[in-house]
Amino acid sequence: MADTSYDLVVIGGGPGGYVAAIRAAQLGLKACVVEREHLGGICLNWGCIPTKALLRSAEVGHLIQNAEAYGWSVGNVSFDLDKIVQRSRGVAKQLTQGVGFLLKKNKVPVIEGSGKLAGKGKVEVTDKDGKKTVLAAKNTLLATGARARVLPGLEPDGKLIWTYREAMVPESLPKSMLVVGSGAIGIEFASFYNDLGVDVTVVEVVDRILSAEDEEISALAHKAFVKAGIKIMTSAKVTGVKKATDSLTATIETADGKTQEMTVDRLISAVGIVGNVEDIGLEGTKVAVDRSHINTDPYGQTGEPGVWAIGDLTGPPWLAHKASHEGIIAVEKIAGVEGVHPLDTTGVPGCTYARPQVASVGFTEAQAKDAGHKVRVGRFPFVGNGKAIALGEPEGLVKTVFDDKTGELLGAHMIGAEVTELIQGFGIAKSLETTEQDLMHTVFPHPTLSEMMHESVLDAYDKAVHF
Amino acid sequence: MSVDILMPALSPTMEEGNLAKWLVKEGDQVSSGDVIAEIETDKATMEVEAVDEGVIAKILVAEGTEGVAVNAVIAVLAEEGEDPGSVQAGSGGAPAPAPASAPAESAPAPVPAPKPEKAQETAPVSAAVPSPGKRVFSSPLARRIAGQNGIDLGALSGTGPNGRVVKRDVEAAMAAGTGKAGAAAAKPAASGGAPMAIGAGPDPRKIAGQLDMVYEEIPASGMRKTIARRLVEAKQTVPHFYLTVDIELDALLAMRKQVNAAVPEGVKISVNDMIILASAKALIDEPDTNASWAGDAILKYQSADVAVAVATDGGLITPVIRDAQSKSLSTISAEMIDLATRAREGKLKPHEYQGGTFSISNLGMFGVREFAAVINPPHGAILAVGKGEKRPVVRTTDAGDELGIATVMSATLSCDHRVVDGAVGARWLNAFQKRLENPLSMLL
Repeated sequence: MADTSYDLVVIGGGPGGYVAAIRAAQLGLKACVVEREHLGGICLNWGCIPTKALLRSAEVGHLIQNAEAYGWSVGNVSFDLDKIVQRSRGVAKQLTQGVGFLLKKNKVPVIEGSGKLAGKGKVEVTDKDGKKTVLAAKNTLLATGARARVLPGLEPDGKLIWTYREAMVPESLPKSMLVVGSGAIGIEFASFYNDLGVDVTVVEVVDRILSAEDEEISALAHKAFVKAGIKIMTSAKVTGVKKATDSLTATIETADGKTQEMTVDRLISAVGIVGNVEDIGLEGTKVAVDRSHINTDPYGQTGEPGVWAIGDLTGPPWLAHKASHEGIIAVEKIAGVEGVHPLDTTGVPGCTYARPQVASVGFTEAQAKDAGHKVRVGRFPFVGNGKAIALGEPEGLVKTVFDDKTGELLGAHMIGAEVTELIQGFGIAKSLETTEQDLMHTVFPHPTLSEMMHESVLDAYDKAVHF
Repeated sequence: MSVDILMPALSPTMEEGNLAKWLVKEGDQVSSGDVIAEIETDKATMEVEAVDEGVIAKILVAEGTEGVAVNAVIAVLAEEGEDPGSVQAGSGGAPAPAPASAPAESAPAPVPAPKPEKAQETAPVSAAVPSPGKRVFSSPLARRIAGQNGIDLGALSGTGPNGRVVKRDVEAAMAAGTGKAGAAAAKPAASGGAPMAIGAGPDPRKIAGQLDMVYEEIPASGMRKTIARRLVEAKQTVPHFYLTVDIELDALLAMRKQVNAAVPEGVKISVNDMIILASAKALIDEPDTNASWAGDAILKYQSADVAVAVATDGGLITPVIRDAQSKSLSTISAEMIDLATRAREGKLKPHEYQGGTFSISNLGMFGVREFAAVINPPHGAILAVGKGEKRPVVRTTDAGDELGIATVMSATLSCDHRVVDGAVGARWLNAFQKRLENPLSMLL
């Protein structure tokens, strides 16, 4: 019988869990990953990665449809939905295999099945045939992630009411669609289906879309999506649905108390997530759960000695890269690495890959003011940037927020082409604790979109050159 | 015109103090010279006097506030004809520092803690005060915040990558009140948990918590923090060595009896007074020990200013008998009684406990036979005095060696080897011994 005692058992092979396990192996710990479905978790299989593939297809279509503006005559064009979906699945599969290879390279065994805590220092794994194995674990890292939140009355049925999962593998293209929720997931699907020609309406309960973003960015996004053809209802909620055979009628209540009915082919529910805290053996432990998420100390330690938790299973922001980073911190703490610091969540960037893209890091202007900062705000519009004009992407904004006294970069907020690739420049600036001086002295290459980052900083200090 | 009342620097090295008590309230009329507040410095409690007359318009720092930076505005005075209600802090024209009646002897001008730079429109200066001779890796933001708050980056332990000093380190130092420029030895050992203050080493709170130990937590007073900082500095930076001699006191005790019979009623010369005088005379006899290490030179002092350790409830303080070599025993006795009394009441003025060229610590009254004391920098040496007690002694007479009884006291000299070499220290101890064993020489 194989040796089943480990320094670290990681339950969940998503971007938090598999990264943690690899780091543990690097540090000389004997680690394993328990995974019930696919390595790479939601992120690789049903989240970040396959949606980026879908959105890329949509973007290509958008360019083709606008090809004449770039001097191309393309005639009639069409797309094959199956091929778009197949490409997306292919991308996910390739990367999942990649994770398997990485774990193998680091000599981290993958134990297939559902893991749960089974008393002090023990993890019980149940495989798909119901066979149980007990692993001895000096430490256990819970990384079971999260799933879509379900609103009463909007229970996904896999046919008319979809979650991200069905939305990612449509068999046919609906003519019309209602997207409930305007966080990153709702907005990305809205953008994707809108670009494929679906009549999309977004319903958001608060007064603006992408409400985690800076208000100014939310407003610009709203304008851009409406211009692209998406209908948006804010301060509105779906109070009920009546299902027909191949369509449904939703009752929508707006801020003024009026209700209206809307008949659509499909509804996507994207109203947040809940942590996967069930069936992982938390009963009888000192692990504390708050509204479906596990409470931990800043290093991921739960109330139960030897039990750690990271990623979507714990507090926000619920992002893959946050999970990976938390996994590394927890493992380094377990291994006794010196100088481990808690994750500074104000340094975690967030990206939405719609058309236009939205990306941000740190405090919004309002959050900075609420935190007591006297702020300096810089803005630079895409229309003032040569590369943006050359790309045919003249819409967007780079906004920076500085502390007036110390020059600390408190936050950066962007909307427009490729901003998800730009944001990390400000991420590094924040991580290295640069002030506005260092950013001003940095030479940004011309012509690039990144020049707008420079100009936005200059503008915060009334020195912008090109606008 | 309103006048800002600033936190005074009661001594040249004072960086911050505790505002112990307000003796006036908003709306009170004050005249120049009125005592308006009591400030607790690291060593003593001092009174703050008003330097202008007017009405206290606003008290900005509440009593009981700790760690008030020198030159911080603590109150605003409305001058005659001005509406105290409309007065605002910082509206004073020329800043009118209100130095308390700082005695003339503490001549050097107070060194103000660097004041926060105003965020400038273009290039804010972020000159964090550097520790000399050491490259400090730090983030630009940490440097700027340190510069704005007078924090010495070199005094901090960086917790960023490769020990880089980052924002949280500077903020931790500010929160702990350590790392102020000038307080070189204050190194907060911020190892993940709560910032710790001066030389705390392993976190005793954490250990006590882990082991469920019961304890009472007594916040460190300004004096306790100063003792901690200065002694860590002394032990870490001064190369100590120790020399001990046994001194026979019978002749001294006999003389003391005679002297005390002769002096007026109420005066009583103590053995300690005689030790102070003997030390001072020995410092003049052997001036190489009356010296300080100045980094690139040795300073040899002309007078023997003897600092004497006095235990108080709050800790240790060392009032100084200046020019002790030229003072009479009765003068030294009277000064010592006065200084010790006021030391215990926390009423010493800075010039009374600062400076000195040599120190004495006497634990004889507690029955301690001998011990080694920690040098009080920048002094070159400190004398640790044990108990005078009857001991058997071997005397050599014409008839051969014989055993006798004598009152003997062991005295240990701790020397700063950068200034005082072994032979130099030994010569001083011999001179000191000669003075005590031939006490009449002290009266000349």
